[in-house]
Amino acid sequence: MNGYLNYVAKRFGQFVFVVVTGVTLSFLIAHFSPVDPVEQTVSLLTNFGATDPRTVEVLRQSLRELYGTDGSLLSQYFLFWGRVLTGDFGPSLSAFPTPVMTIIGRALPWTIGLLTLATLISWVIGNFLGAIAGYFRNSRAIKLVGLFVMALQPIPTYITGLTLLIVFGFLWPILPISGGAQLNLTPAASWAYISSVIQYGTLPALTLVLVGMGGWFVSMRSLVSNIVTDDYVVYAELAGVPSRTVFSQYVARNAMLPQVTGLALSLGNVFGGAVIVEFIFNYPGIGKLMIAGIYAGDYSLVLGVTTFSVIAVATAVFLIDILYPLIDPRVKLG
Amino acid sequence: MLKVLRDLLRYNREFLFGTLLIGIIIALVIASFFSPYDELTTYAVIPDMPPGGEYWLGTNSRGQDMFWQLAASMRNTLMFGLVVAIISRVIAIVVGLVSGYVGGKTDQIIMAFNDTLGALPNIPILLLLVFVMRDQMTWGVLALTAAMLGWTHDSRLIRSVALSLRTREFTRHAAFSGMRTGQVLFREHLPYVMPIVFFTTMNNLIWAIGLEVTLSILGFSDINRPTIGGMIYWANAHSAMVAGIWWWIAVPMLAVVILFLGLFLLAMSVNEYIDPRSRLARMGA
Amino acid sequence: MTLAMTNERSVAQAADVLTIKDLKAYYINDLFGVRREVRAVDDISLTVRRNEIYGIAGESSSGKTSLIKTIAGAIRPPMRVVGGEVRFDFGGKHIDVYAEPGKMKAARWQNLSYIMQGSMSVLNPVRRIKHAFNNFAFRHMGLDRTAFRARVESHLQRLGLDPNVLEAFPHQLSGGMRQRVTIALATVCEPEFIIADEPTTALDVLVQQDVLGLIKEVQERLGSSVVFVTHDMSVHAAITDRLAIMYAGRLAEEGPTQAMFDTPQHPYTAHLIASLPRIGDTATRKSLAGKPPSLANPPTGCRFHPRCPIAIDRCSREVPDMLPSAIGGRVACFRAGEVSVK
Repeated sequence: MNGYLNYVAKRFGQFVFVVVTGVTLSFLIAHFSPVDPVEQTVSLLTNFGATDPRTVEVLRQSLRELYGTDGSLLSQYFLFWGRVLTGDFGPSLSAFPTPVMTIIGRALPWTIGLLTLATLISWVIGNFLGAIAGYFRNSRAIKLVGLFVMALQPIPTYITGLTLLIVFGFLWPILPISGGAQLNLTPAASWAYISSVIQYGTLPALTLVLVGMGGWFVSMRSLVSNIVTDDYVVYAELAGVPSRTVFSQYVARNAMLPQVTGLALSLGNVFGGAVIVEFIFNYPGIGKLMIAGIYAGDYSLVLGVTTFSVIAVATAVFLIDILYPLIDPRVKLG
Repeated sequence: MLKVLRDLLRYNREFLFGTLLIGIIIALVIASFFSPYDELTTYAVIPDMPPGGEYWLGTNSRGQDMFWQLAASMRNTLMFGLVVAIISRVIAIVVGLVSGYVGGKTDQIIMAFNDTLGALPNIPILLLLVFVMRDQMTWGVLALTAAMLGWTHDSRLIRSVALSLRTREFTRHAAFSGMRTGQVLFREHLPYVMPIVFFTTMNNLIWAIGLEVTLSILGFSDINRPTIGGMIYWANAHSAMVAGIWWWIAVPMLAVVILFLGLFLLAMSVNEYIDPRSRLARMGA
Repeated sequence: MTLAMTNERSVAQAADVLTIKDLKAYYINDLFGVRREVRAVDDISLTVRRNEIYGIAGESSSGKTSLIKTIAGAIRPPMRVVGGEVRFDFGGKHIDVYAEPGKMKAARWQNLSYIMQGSMSVLNPVRRIKHAFNNFAFRHMGLDRTAFRARVESHLQRLGLDPNVLEAFPHQLSGGMRQRVTIALATVCEPEFIIADEPTTALDVLVQQDVLGLIKEVQERLGSSVVFVTHDMSVHAAITDRLAIMYAGRLAEEGPTQAMFDTPQHPYTAHLIASLPRIGDTATRKSLAGKPPSLANPPTGCRFHPRCPIAIDRCSREVPDMLPSAIGGRVACFRAGEVSVK
């Protein structure tokens, strides 16, 4: 148990390191921006005809601290950290005066739901097909499936998503292509609402699954074709252990473990894909929020989402890392 | 090398098919240098003409001949990908070789930094950068930024090879014979990692071009410079799908698919070729 | 003494468990239009008798691992059997390994088991040891779960192992311990035939003695036949009844171990024995000139002739047949018996 605590502590150190680097990077990018965001935003706001001078002052204050226009670089940096740690990115410009964190909080469940589901499905399908393809190398049918899965993988997320949108939105319109759920339904645990969420989520999720599957397929296939020549697999085959047992308990079980680590490593990319997919299908998550923020010139929102997503991805990686020893008996704890 | 190419073409169907697809792309890029139109000019031809005899791939609502637009876009997009791939290769090779060769604490620190950078989500950070840079975001800056983000995975691969080379006999010989570290790495180790470098270049190219296409579609690069993603951006801006000008969307999308499939097939067959296991089998060891 | 005993035993139980006839197994590569053959097992005939330990010796890449893989029906492409046959006779149950794969599969672990080289990695790293016993042996025993577990535990105890190892993961055991577990695993079904491929190679000397003793003990109790493969001649001297020497995919010599060590008939055997360290001997070991031949492109005639100290013209032209030797074995050499160990 002590060993496990040590392991967690070590991983936590890495987690903190990633977060600090990400937040610092965001700060630097924002800080060295050639345009002065504060006055530009304030003038944009007053152009919109915002009235209350007190809330405008709140916005100006938070922008100053976020982008750092007061005091030395170091003190600005600490002010920024203060904002990050309290989750206070000030009011949003495009939804003035709603705080950025409130908007993120509303979008978050959509992204988490979509990503978790799509990632799990593509991981399971990709690995399953890859393992079969690696183990039964001479089957023609599997080769054909593999070719299809692999050919999809390099195509950019946007192209796959757009193709699905054109096919299922225009050519054969059977699925909704925009939004997270039917607009006239109020969020509730009712069947109507849930089925609507599922329908609206199908195309975005399908895009992510199609794009993500190929990577798992390729790496799993090569892992498995390495493992089948490992001594313990050869030995089990020599012993006449039925090939289904060899496949599931010897080959797949061992090949699965590096893929779990791979899952943690891929989360950053998966998140990037989600941003694109949410934009294409107008899905009400974090990614769409970010792009909408960029189009609207909403500094607080964009910086808030970026910082938040860096932290969120690092947290997810950390969670996978600390759960890993529970499935791999060999992990050296400590 | 030539013999290898000939063998690959003759016996590897994926390689042959990939070469054909990339051949189309390269022909397009070469054609772009003989374009009768300036690539930035709008309303040079009759708008919204469907594909046919006069305009092979049709014209768009901005009065541009799609074929020549595509050629120029392909050139620019490939250029972006190559610049990113080359810069990030150099970083990956240097970091990987040094980290693997020096080892110890230095290696640990470099790799911790490497992994941290790799764990950051690229897209949000790039988007933030694009956002704060606004109009000053040129494709060169974007390429440099993408290159800075795109080397971590490959440097780890190169490091693992360098780590195994470090303990080999010839490294010690070279070190004892008074070669400087740089020389050892450059002359003795670099040739060993070249196959991996080659393979990762393909993947990096795919990644970089994908990034460029994505950012341009969103309108986050210089939208006046023709690129594949830019073509789709303008098509979306003019609601080409709704207006029935399907070829405006279909042409760049098809081009992207050809490009990515070609690169992917090449990467796959080359990987198979340099994979130590299949190589051993070929040498009959 | 040992020699006399061995002979007596083999006369008493003359039945052969394993018969190999003119066996040829090549690695055949057909890549990029170039066909390459590596003759790993080239025209080998031999028999293994009931209740004996039959040793196979040779340098690395002499084809000994390929030979036993072929015997066990464990070869995979690009390796292929191109000629000859391998037959087992398990108490009246005849199996032609390459003609009857179904029968062979059913006999695995029941009649024929395997102790593999590199036992560090032959156990599934992510499963407890008990699962290996379940997967390998359960279906052959015809017992229910509890009775099976009890049988396995008593078997382990007889081999001096704590039954608690069943609950351990492979990485929690030492190398010697793991090798003992694999021996237990290979013998729990009491098979007639056991193939042991370099079972002691990765172990330190003390553990080696221990493991050799264990193999010998189990073999004697079960009356099984063991094919024991190692490059280490001192191990052969310690444990095998009869010995075969392989060189470049062929047999060079075969015979009773003791007699072969006393009066080797083949110059290569003589060399292998001469290179063993001996107490009180300070002379430097002579190593053979030249490298082991390439199996893809072997020398003409006798494959050993380029390195042979007593080669004559004929050796480079003709392939010597395996003929009866002066010490009751067989040898493939035109000048058999003309060198002695100094």
